[in-house]
Amino acid sequence: MAWHRLMRLLPFRRLSEQGVLGMNRRNISYISSYNPRELYPLVDDKLKTKRLALHHGVTTPELLGVIEYQHDVTRVGTLVEGLDNFCIKPAKGSGGKGILVVSRVEDGVFYRSNGQELSLRDLKRHVSNILAGLFSLSGSPDVAVFEALIEADDSLRDYSFEGVPDVRIIVFRGFPVMAMMRLSCAVSHGKANLHQGAVGVGIDIASGAAVRAVQRNKLVLSHPDTGKDLQSLRIPQWPTLLDLSCACADMTGLGYLGVDLVLDRRRGPMLLELNARPGLTIQLANGAGLLPRLRRIEAFTQVPQMTIAQRVAYVRKHFASVDAQRNSPPQFVPEKCSG
Amino acid sequence: MKTGRGPFYLLVTLLLITGSLLTAYRYAMFDVPWMPGEKRQIWSVEAQVDFIALGEPVKVSLAIPDSQPGFERVGERTASPGYGLAFVENNENNHGRRAEWSIREAQGRQTLYYQVEMLVDPDAAGAETAVEPPISRVRLDGPHATVVNLILERARERSADPYTLTRELIHEFNRQSQSASLLTQMKPRGAWLVDMLHMAGIPAREVQALNLEDGRRRQQVVNLLQVFEGENYQLFDMHSGKPGKQTNQLLWEYYSAPLLDIVGGRNSRLSFSMIEQEVPVNRMLEEGTFPAAQNLLDFSIHSLPLSEQALFKGILLIPVGVLIVSLLRIIVGVRTSGTFMPVLIAMAFIQTSLLTGLVGFILIVAAGLMIRSYLSRLNLLLVARISAVIISVIIMIAAFSVLSYQLGLTEGLKITFFPMIILAWTIERMSILWEEEGPKEVLTQGGGSLMVALFAYLVMSNDVVRHLTFNFLGLQFLFMALVLLIGNYTGYRLLELRRFQPMLGERA
Ligand SMILES: Nc1ncnc2c1ncn2[C@@H]1O[C@H](COP(=O)(O)OP(=O)(O)O)[C@@H](O)[C@H]1O
Ligand SMILES: [Mg+2]
Repeated sequence: MAWHRLMRLLPFRRLSEQGVLGMNRRNISYISSYNPRELYPLVDDKLKTKRLALHHGVTTPELLGVIEYQHDVTRVGTLVEGLDNFCIKPAKGSGGKGILVVSRVEDGVFYRSNGQELSLRDLKRHVSNILAGLFSLSGSPDVAVFEALIEADDSLRDYSFEGVPDVRIIVFRGFPVMAMMRLSCAVSHGKANLHQGAVGVGIDIASGAAVRAVQRNKLVLSHPDTGKDLQSLRIPQWPTLLDLSCACADMTGLGYLGVDLVLDRRRGPMLLELNARPGLTIQLANGAGLLPRLRRIEAFTQVPQMTIAQRVAYVRKHFASVDAQRNSPPQFVPEKCSG
Repeated sequence: MKTGRGPFYLLVTLLLITGSLLTAYRYAMFDVPWMPGEKRQIWSVEAQVDFIALGEPVKVSLAIPDSQPGFERVGERTASPGYGLAFVENNENNHGRRAEWSIREAQGRQTLYYQVEMLVDPDAAGAETAVEPPISRVRLDGPHATVVNLILERARERSADPYTLTRELIHEFNRQSQSASLLTQMKPRGAWLVDMLHMAGIPAREVQALNLEDGRRRQQVVNLLQVFEGENYQLFDMHSGKPGKQTNQLLWEYYSAPLLDIVGGRNSRLSFSMIEQEVPVNRMLEEGTFPAAQNLLDFSIHSLPLSEQALFKGILLIPVGVLIVSLLRIIVGVRTSGTFMPVLIAMAFIQTSLLTGLVGFILIVAAGLMIRSYLSRLNLLLVARISAVIISVIIMIAAFSVLSYQLGLTEGLKITFFPMIILAWTIERMSILWEEEGPKEVLTQGGGSLMVALFAYLVMSNDVVRHLTFNFLGLQFLFMALVLLIGNYTGYRLLELRRFQPMLGERA
């Protein structure tokens, strides 16, 4: 197309050489080309995602309850009674909006992960805001989902501040193409959403080791709150996570998908949420553009025939990061790398 | 992506061809120039008379204007189905020109139109308006006489000629508010001013004029004071005492006759719409006289009644604004709160003028955010909260209007042009943004919206753009094609250069 030629002339040339995927191309060439609209509700509505996952045997955080109508808001009290910790979120929220993580309950006072105290009244108000659609994409009415608290795996504890870290994997036509771990910090209020200020750590697809880290689009070396060196990060059970991400993509039928996984200390890897419009910062965190990898997968014609194991093996071989291998000994040595 | 691109490009090509052809046709056939400026300015003013006929014979007589200093009458027409029409010229009586409609029987709601084309011509003489009124003898008694004499005496001391005397009289009227209110209980200020000038031996009268502003509808005449000195006259605003400017004030009735007279009808209403048109000079010279606007511009929009044309002048600018927003969002990557809110704000700026608009917008949003932060503590449901914000925005707008009027800043009144529901939603969104992501994000998005609005305003208020969009309907097809093309742009956004800067930095 003509745009391609234009892109080479302008200062965009270096971006194009790096294979950086831009917003417009993501929207036109990937999201709207590979994601059928009728499948969006499956991922835009967290309850539907949960049901789908249940049906396919994918683990998700335990569902404690749902509040659908304003007159049920009085039920909040009974719902959270006896719970030590929980999380309230809008089913159709995005970007971490409207997520309330209660990590401790004492004498009827609810403590958020950053120590902020809330009363039952505050919780009810939050729920009725959710129901009115304050946090949903188009302001349409929503439901409030109560979920069990996820507690981060011990090996990841020090990498995250006041919140669970999650792993974002971009899965394209069933192939995991790029991964990133998102670490919450003080500015992100215990939420691992990048534009709330969370740290994004690029993860080598082959080994699960850190590549490099960014916060608010700038490179960082250590966690701003815990001071932990981010280069030493290494995700446990990495192959399982890759398998899980493929399984999640397969169950939705979406071609270009962001899969958010968490590692719970008791229940192991599980699905947090799916995203049909995954962001682009993952490229910054990995120091690599998505385009070469996406093009490589686009060249395939026989995708459906490959099993999950075959696909995972393929990406671990071809999408290994040069940076990560230099910095830390890999668990898995690919025979050949291409960048 | 791989399929179905063909029809898309066909559509775009078709749109481009249609647009260009229509535009070129209009340029070639109707001689509409590309640029404004090399033309003469013509004001088309339409008077609309509405009344309810009583089922009897109806006679309607409307004062109509003639050439006058600053304006030359170059065309007029009426629309009045079923009515007989006569123009009564000035020399037949002393009532100036009038349009007289009549019909044997009419029932129910009636609407009559009279439209006049006035060429702006600083040299136009139009001796007709300079006819002095006879000086009437004024007889007064009791307290009124004392007050009038006092005011007149004071003003005379401070003045040198008829014009300065007029100015001082008006100032005196404003200063001595008690005496003034005693007088105005009997008859209005204008009548007293005329009387006092007559007592001083100066010919003067009250006239009715229109303030000309492009694209205005449902306007009313204003009363002005016309004061003569020999052959010349000057117009005065009766409240501020400022001399009027003749370039944008068109005298409509200047013979001390009634503006509108109706026999056989009731509930009559008279309102005016006006638009500014540009007509090529060479064209006017060629034809010797000015051709009726209908023949010259008889195409699409221009065949509509004037009040609808005035409306379209604004509407046709919206695609330009929308195009700019698409450009800035897709090619540059600016983030705005609410996709097309900036266009609506830009439209409001056009109505209010830039500075007033900016100040008003910032004031309302800032005050709204404060009110909203209080409301958020009241634990209200969303719909009720937004309703409350809407109501407070309206109260604020009313308060700002009254306050600025009291302070003499009539500019402040224009704040009512803001789209209030949209403002309320903006405030709600921004306050959520504030709570969720901090004031910085509010500034980015609010600033982004304002910047886009500003940019859209600058383009939309540009004379060339206004001229082109109004005169060449074909351009709309081109805009459409452009928007479609932009929607297909898969290249990088300008701001992505900065966003992905860290990736370009170090890697070899
Ligand atoms: N059950 C939970 N327990 C603890 N933290 C949670 C839980 N659910 C969500 N979070 C935190 O909130 C963030 C956003 O949640 P997510 O479900 O991904 O919603 P969104 O669609 O808004 O991103 C997560 O990254 C995580 O840090
Ligand atoms: Mg998320």
